[in-house]
Amino acid sequence: MIWLLDDTWIVITGALCAVACALPGCFMVLRKMSMMGDAISHAVLPGLAIGYLVAESRDALPMLLGAALVGVLTALFTQWVGQFGNVDRGAAMGIVFTTLFALGLVLIERAADHENIDLDPSCVLYGALEMAPLDLMTLGAWEIPRAALWLAVVLLLNLLIILLLYKEFNLSSFDPSLASTLGINATFMHYLLMSMVAVTTVASFEAVGSIIVIAMLIVPGATAYLLTQRLWVMLLLSALFGILASALGHVVAITVPTWFGFDSTSSSGMMATIAGLLFLLVWLFNPREGVWVPRRVNKTES
Amino acid sequence: MSESGTLLADVLQVLLLQTHNTRTVVLSTALLGMASGLVGSFLLLRKRSLMGDALSHASLPGIAIAFLLMVKLGGNGKFLPGLLAGGTLTGLLGVGWVMAIRKKSKIKDDTAMGIVLSVFYGLGVAMLQMVSSVPEASAAGLESFILGKTASMVTQDLVLIAGVASLTILFSLLLLKEFTLLCFDETFMHSLGWPVQRVDTILLILVTAVTVIGLQAVGLILIIAFLITPAAAARFWTNTLSHMLLLAALIGALSGWLGSSISALYPNLPAGALIVLVAAGVFLFSMFFGGARGVLRRGWLHIRLRRRVGRQHLLRAVFELLEARGEALAGWPPNEPVKLEELLAKRSWSHGRLKQLLRQARREDHIERAPGSWVQLSESGFAEAARHTRNHRLWEMYLITHADVATQHVDRDADLVEHVLGVELVRKLEQKLTEEGVALNLPASPHLISKTVEPAS
Amino acid sequence: MGIDAVLEDRPSASQRIREVPSHPDTVPLAIDDLTVAYQSKPVLWDIDLDIPEGKLVGIVGPNGAGKSTLIKACLDLVPKASGRVKVYGKAYSENRSLVGYVPQRESVDWDYPVSALDVVTMGTYGRIGLFNPVRKKHREEAMQALEHVGIGHLAKRQISQLSGGQQQRVFLARALAQDAKLYFMDEPFAAVDAATEQAIVGLLHELKEQGKTVLVVHHDLASVSQYFDWVVLLNMRVVNAGPTEEVFTRENLKATYGGKLALLDEAGQALRDSLR
Repeated sequence: MIWLLDDTWIVITGALCAVACALPGCFMVLRKMSMMGDAISHAVLPGLAIGYLVAESRDALPMLLGAALVGVLTALFTQWVGQFGNVDRGAAMGIVFTTLFALGLVLIERAADHENIDLDPSCVLYGALEMAPLDLMTLGAWEIPRAALWLAVVLLLNLLIILLLYKEFNLSSFDPSLASTLGINATFMHYLLMSMVAVTTVASFEAVGSIIVIAMLIVPGATAYLLTQRLWVMLLLSALFGILASALGHVVAITVPTWFGFDSTSSSGMMATIAGLLFLLVWLFNPREGVWVPRRVNKTES
Repeated sequence: MSESGTLLADVLQVLLLQTHNTRTVVLSTALLGMASGLVGSFLLLRKRSLMGDALSHASLPGIAIAFLLMVKLGGNGKFLPGLLAGGTLTGLLGVGWVMAIRKKSKIKDDTAMGIVLSVFYGLGVAMLQMVSSVPEASAAGLESFILGKTASMVTQDLVLIAGVASLTILFSLLLLKEFTLLCFDETFMHSLGWPVQRVDTILLILVTAVTVIGLQAVGLILIIAFLITPAAAARFWTNTLSHMLLLAALIGALSGWLGSSISALYPNLPAGALIVLVAAGVFLFSMFFGGARGVLRRGWLHIRLRRRVGRQHLLRAVFELLEARGEALAGWPPNEPVKLEELLAKRSWSHGRLKQLLRQARREDHIERAPGSWVQLSESGFAEAARHTRNHRLWEMYLITHADVATQHVDRDADLVEHVLGVELVRKLEQKLTEEGVALNLPASPHLISKTVEPAS
Repeated sequence: MGIDAVLEDRPSASQRIREVPSHPDTVPLAIDDLTVAYQSKPVLWDIDLDIPEGKLVGIVGPNGAGKSTLIKACLDLVPKASGRVKVYGKAYSENRSLVGYVPQRESVDWDYPVSALDVVTMGTYGRIGLFNPVRKKHREEAMQALEHVGIGHLAKRQISQLSGGQQQRVFLARALAQDAKLYFMDEPFAAVDAATEQAIVGLLHELKEQGKTVLVVHHDLASVSQYFDWVVLLNMRVVNAGPTEEVFTRENLKATYGGKLALLDEAGQALRDSLR
């Protein structure tokens, strides 16, 4: 295995993305809306296309804005279809995001027809983590990949919001009816979380792709959930699992395939896979309630 | 003129399936839509819609593995049945893992699906990239399973799709009774001694079959739209399962037909996405205009309820004011003007609300203008008020005396209590009211009412 | 002058006064004309109810009578089709801080990663305000509340590791930490052990002594006259409401439960014996 500076940057970029996702992701897991990450990350496609068509260029900002907006709209439409249409929430989510994704595919084809410019939908899906270190920008004495910088900003933003509104997120996730009787607007908290997810998704997709976003939103949080009984520990652990999965994922991506005579493979795909493996291990063997560990009787007398 | 003529001819040619290629594409997508509409209805009713999403994503690594195996064994790597068999295997593996996580940990349904979906998908993408470096054969085109590419399908693929879809339809019809019970009342099914687990597994296998054969046509991201959208659209139109199934299958088939026809006219546009958009259009239309549960219908019911509640409150308030004035003996009180202030004092209305209610009542010809801040009931309004007051008291008494069954029977909007409860019971209630002295103000023999009384049929 | 004109002509003093029935600030809960419907099917009809201050009020009625819905409508958790609820003379949204709520135990996910103390601390969030962090003071208040309900030693325990009775006590401690004047409790006695039941009763009486008003949705008829000094018999409508000894009579019970009274289990039997 040859380890270059680029590999370090890839791991750092992946880890920044993983932590930025894992923090809001923990609350998605606790609020039983894990599938929303999948929905939002697919549904941003028409936002990109519209941003592109409106600005008539591949300028990043309009596309990012369009995408983030459509991401939040996904949550809103899901809520509407569920509430006004009286449709099961999972089904509502599925209908909304597939419709938006289909719309995105059609819009991109139209854009390609008319403008002669190629906007590849698959870039949204896979991203190109391997390319991240090639797009550098200078910050003081440092040369940093643009993607890493973006993700660092998003990570800090997410961290700040969660620190500031920790108790509000906590209460409205645990007991929304008490939250609303105490005057905490549960709807606002919901859309704030959805906006965080949408912005994180959009900031991530160009560099790392939506696979890693979907995985890192849920898997580290779920792994941590199995190991702890404190919310703040869960947040901390999920960040650690995210970082671990990124580092191991990249190492595996560049080494394991070569053992079997293949070229190295997609790092983001492998990061998701390793996150899943970590979950599998914890699910099977965690000392508290693992599948293959005899359950301790730790309930007390009533 | 001639240009639009040729366009029309093109459209007709496509819609009527006159070229061979479009015919197969359209027929197989329509069959696929029909099968997934049917199976998806059961999935929707079991609130498992997103299971299809986890399943389709989980099939990706299987497709890559199958490709690799077939190439290494010296065969054609893109042999569709082989690829789909691989996808089916990992798809089922993924679904199995979802079930296991849910059963063996505190993790809930949605998170279990999210984990399987994202991890298998990540693995699948990583493996696709790996096999693309296999020297023996080009793996190009395998990504079409993610976004779908109808155009790349050959006739044999279409025949495969049509065949599996038909089998799925056949099986769902054969097991209609079992699936219905499974969705409706699992516990009851268990108590009958039917194999719940096995029927559930068969349903899941049918879902897998539809999902996997749909992969190449629409891609693994959009395939769940096939499963959910037609079924959810059908749900707005009917409360009967058999009608819902029929309608879902029709909507699915229609979406497949129209979507792939449009894509035949505009070859650049992806057929899968178009089919999904057509289905979404049908869904949106149904959501608003659906006759059984549509937004407009339910909104209208709600407005009507508010109106009726308001009207009944107003009329009863006036009537009770009149009663309180009179000597409280048998018979109706005289119909006199009532002061607005008295009305406001009687109930919790704001000025605005009372104004609204009075406007409505005047439109319905229940009140007449009276000088100053007075209102008076019209003749028909007075009769209506007497009727409401009587009904109200009878229902109240019924709720009190028949509390064990009451709540299912109460229908505050029934024109006459007798229509719901029957004359006999109403007599008893009236008697009871009289005994308690509540009924003193009730008309002893309100001819307007008693003339129209018919026994409940 | 037509009706509209009269109403338009609002600001005259006499009409102002007509914002009736007016409820003085001392009435903890005043409900007028409340109607609640799911879809277009009414669940509660024309509820008129005034609850006097400093009472322990039991809300009693058969299944499907709308007991929980009544509480939820008061707290704006379900939409009203008509009617008005006043808490100490003002709309609920203006007097939130005076109201404490104990939801049904099944309404939350007990696997949620928080300790008993964390849950109780949530009761103080209304006072802490937006953005402000939880301070030591609030945690101490929460700890006191936990000790008050007798499970101070379980403060660090994760909530899924508590028994049903202990979980219910955690909820009660949280309500105590809310420090409200009017409490709504949704079936606090459901599936708890005898010791917890006694603890809850003791707590209710303490609250009453402090002049607080407590509304409790209750399903065990046998204990009603023991626990509550005011009773609301509910069956879509308020069948009867008033002091327990006046309202909780055999006649009224028969009215509320109808034929079901005959089918009641041992508790009902005991009740019938005591009423005989």
